Amino acid sequence: MFYENMEEIKSDMLEQVSEKIKNYDYNIYTENDVQKTLNKDFLDETDLKILLSPAAEKFLNEMAYKAQYETRKHFGTNISLFTPLYISNYCENYCTYCGYNCKNNIHRGKLSIEEIQKEFEAISKTGLEDILILTGESRTASNVEYIGEAVKLAKKYFSSISIEIYPLNTDEYKYLNGCGADFVCVYQETYNKERYKQLHLSGHKSVFEYRFYAQERAALAGMRGVSLGVLFGLYDFRKDAFAAATHACLLQQKYPDIKIGFSVPRLRPFINEHKEQNNNYVNEKQLFQALCAYRLFMPFADITISTRERAVFRDNVIGVCATKISAGVKTSVGGHKDPAKGDEQFEISDSRSVSEITNLIRSKNLTPVFTNHIRL
Amino acid sequence: MEDKLIIAGHKFNSRFILGSGKYSLELIKAAIESAEAEIITLALRRANTKTEYNILDFIPKNVTLLPNTSGARTAEEAVRIARLSRELGCGDFIKIEVIKDSKYLLPDNYETIKATEILAKEGFIVMPYMYPDLNAARDLTNAGAASVMPLAAPIGSNLGLITKHFIKIIIDEINLPVIVDAGIGTPAQACEIMQDGAAAVMINTAVATAKDIAKMAEAFKLAVKAGRTAYLAGLGRVLNFRAQASSPLIDFLDN
Repeated sequence: MFYENMEEIKSDMLEQVSEKIKNYDYNIYTENDVQKTLNKDFLDETDLKILLSPAAEKFLNEMAYKAQYETRKHFGTNISLFTPLYISNYCENYCTYCGYNCKNNIHRGKLSIEEIQKEFEAISKTGLEDILILTGESRTASNVEYIGEAVKLAKKYFSSISIEIYPLNTDEYKYLNGCGADFVCVYQETYNKERYKQLHLSGHKSVFEYRFYAQERAALAGMRGVSLGVLFGLYDFRKDAFAAATHACLLQQKYPDIKIGFSVPRLRPFINEHKEQNNNYVNEKQLFQALCAYRLFMPFADITISTRERAVFRDNVIGVCATKISAGVKTSVGGHKDPAKGDEQFEISDSRSVSEITNLIRSKNLTPVFTNHIRL
Repeated sequence: MEDKLIIAGHKFNSRFILGSGKYSLELIKAAIESAEAEIITLALRRANTKTEYNILDFIPKNVTLLPNTSGARTAEEAVRIARLSRELGCGDFIKIEVIKDSKYLLPDNYETIKATEILAKEGFIVMPYMYPDLNAARDLTNAGAASVMPLAAPIGSNLGLITKHFIKIIIDEINLPVIVDAGIGTPAQACEIMQDGAAAVMINTAVATAKDIAKMAEAFKLAVKAGRTAYLAGLGRVLNFRAQASSPLIDFLDN
């Protein structure tokens, strides 16, 4: 089932998550249940199920107010800023929904170390101190050593370095942590194994279990924080959001010292997309419901809002549920300094610069935070 | 009579220590003025920045900085942050925060004691944030702490004085300023613990989440003063719920 060299760690977290999500029937909950949950100070798993149910859709405003209260308690008015940098878009996986998939005829590219440095310099000049380094999922085109060199270089410019790359073994995460990366983002895309198999036809990513345990391997390697999430639109979003939050909760219990973060990407148009009807389409209201549910269930977790969403949506979720926002985003390979070397993974809906986003945050009486991390 | 808060020989008129971590930098100055605060805490991880919005620029020069080691998970990491703080010119005061728990942000007393011992030897004025355990408070005293900072409730919870009795034990038994830190949600709670003999209180979230930050800072200032004054005045005899028996139980003694 696993590819050669894929590490298997001793953990039963997948069984635990599977057990918890097995019988989630969101249609059994009533408005009365939602009201009871909204009156509670400490929420449990059942409350999470209730908040993600269709019955809760009528209470979005109440959920938003409660979410804002929790966000304020835990984060004050702070909103963290970061930007992603794609250093390579080569990919060996065949994921039917992704613009980077290996069967897609797009312009591929990879930055040299010199080019990465130019990009870092350009990004650093905008004032940003938190960077997310991304690659497509190709171990050959962007191997761990290459990523390590990029991370070492990033140390000179940024106080916080996150990586969003293909899942690694523990010793590889340890290596990148030693290079200066402290945060790891891996998205399960969907927690439904059957659906996962239909969507991930080949490549390392087709191994569901190996991907699932990426956060645990990162935690074991000494990383300071892990992010997780699903790609809304691939499967029943209520079930997937419940699964991701349950996974996050179990991770926090097992590794209480790591920071937990959520991302909430929604499936958006991409190049060469099959324009078929998507029965799992998630609208903005539903996305907002999931965001609020995450916040109320795990009030201490970071929630990042993607540039896939339109500006007005992002403007209104920061401070209510989201605590982290990207700015000056390019999803092409490079493109901050020199022209991009490869195509975008997806279309962004919010192309505002760092200063525009900073001004927006201030205009909402929130506080832009460029650094909130010390590399130790 | 002079009534000063004295920490490692440094004297302060104000017994209200203000946090800075949860609201906009522009408001910090106003909050300090309304609070009449003389000590302000800041997370070093937020001060270590290259942008124009460095928190250090928003803090008046006559206010004592109390950098904290938030972000540290072990004693060793706290020590490294403290040393970095000194290198950055943030002075010798250091509030030790060693937190291995991202959910409740509860401090690890064991690691905190280890860090205190190392940093006190290096000449820092060490003010450890702690879970209110008397044995740990004694160990911190022996390790060279300049004060102890027990929590009233988890950080940011605004739950109030849920550990009040244990803080009271520390106030009674430890011969260091006891500064109550974290969890205080209202001026009334600040007043209450001050009248019980706390040397000072530290407030962050309760001010940061108020509608009017400067006004709430002022309210806390007044509450802290009221509580301190009540403590110095000596609380009067408070009748408890037990009724006075009409027939004395000790009449037999002289008969």
